[in-house]
Amino acid sequence: MKNNKKPKKELTIDQKIKRRNFISFGVFTAMSGAAYVGWQKLYHAPKEIPGITAGAKAPLRRALNKTELFFRNFFSNNHLVKTYPKEMAAKNVRHNSDIGVKGYFVVDDWKLQVQKHTGEIIEITIDQIRALPKTEIVFDFKCVEGWDQIQYWGGLKMIDFIEHFGLAEETKLAYVGMATPDKQYYVGLDMESAVHPQTILAYEMNGKPLPVNHGAPLRLIIPVKYGIKNLKRIGSISFSNNRPPDYWAKIGYDYYSGL
Amino acid sequence: MLIYWASDTYSITLFGHTYFKFFPQGFYNTFNIPKRLSEGMAFHFLFMWFFAINGLLYILYTIISGAWRELVPQRKSFKEAWQVLLHDLHIRKMAPPQNKYNAAQRIAYTAIIIMGFGSLITGLAIYKPVQFNTITWLCGGYHSARIIHFILTIGYVFFFVIHIVQVILAGWNNFRSVISGFEVVNDTPKPVITPTPPKDEK
Repeated sequence: MKNNKKPKKELTIDQKIKRRNFISFGVFTAMSGAAYVGWQKLYHAPKEIPGITAGAKAPLRRALNKTELFFRNFFSNNHLVKTYPKEMAAKNVRHNSDIGVKGYFVVDDWKLQVQKHTGEIIEITIDQIRALPKTEIVFDFKCVEGWDQIQYWGGLKMIDFIEHFGLAEETKLAYVGMATPDKQYYVGLDMESAVHPQTILAYEMNGKPLPVNHGAPLRLIIPVKYGIKNLKRIGSISFSNNRPPDYWAKIGYDYYSGL
Repeated sequence: MLIYWASDTYSITLFGHTYFKFFPQGFYNTFNIPKRLSEGMAFHFLFMWFFAINGLLYILYTIISGAWRELVPQRKSFKEAWQVLLHDLHIRKMAPPQNKYNAAQRIAYTAIIIMGFGSLITGLAIYKPVQFNTITWLCGGYHSARIIHFILTIGYVFFFVIHIVQVILAGWNNFRSVISGFEVVNDTPKPVITPTPPKDEK
């Protein structure tokens, strides 16, 4: 750490102290300034250009998308959500939102519309779905708001649904889109999460038919996602290679929202 | 900090009576928090990278530079830390002898690393409880992971406040040495061969 330059005079101790102080405080001030400016820039960054996702600050949305790519590397069908005995399930299942399931609706007239990659639309009744083997799951339902609850759901496994209705070709696409019959609520799911072995098209809650406020006659239960992706009253299912529209991703939330 | 929670459960409640709310309504209003859950989460999931990477670089640096020797508590540190505390509170006159950091600092600076590691682990446990279910299990489950994550965050707040107060109390020369990496001590005539050089701190 000596300043051995040519025949110049050796610096005195005082000069050395001054010089080193100057350098370190210069760096300290510069870095503090950079941190402050960086924070201000981020905090006042413009919102992203609205598209499939919207409502988040542009750099934060980029970070969310990059972070998704990183953590998707850890996704596996062998990673299962923890399940619980039925006795532990909540009797009063929390009801958090009515978006997409408001207004007049005749459950008996309901048919599920599935759009195949060819454009063909197949209609499926609840009886067709009920006729297939039922899968039950008791797991800890998690909400982005911070609450979670152990809930007991029963229905048709998504993979069984796909196999039975001949949708294998569709699973080669990257995304699944689902929407309520009134199109007021809609979610986009990456294919690997949609066909996760614990993803269920549920028609039962606590062993009884699904109540209307929980999405009768058929709702999505997808334990590898936060509650916001667990769409109630599925009206239509479609498949695509691009991200389908997603209600909460349009107002600033992470598109992936995986657990 | 999980202050962007839309469902605020951070309170101490016994037998149906809430004794203490960590974040009363005034707190939320002052900092303009309500209805900004998505924004808060987006910030959280960006800054987690800074904290994690910064922590890893810091640990690597202390290992490579050998600075860890000054930071890790020694056997005597736990006893001495108490004396340092009494000294700092002006109860005891003499502080135990120290090198770069005193015993209390050694414990604090090592504890903060362990806390940081704890935040990283509990954070992963909360963030991906399905993909990292083993980590969640290690943290004692989802709830326990959340609580530990929260307590650690409160810990950082205390650490920060105490630390800033200590730096102010220690005075300008100490702060200058923190920034520049050396301390100016005026009264050493530099005897080359001395078996035990006099300890002169600050």
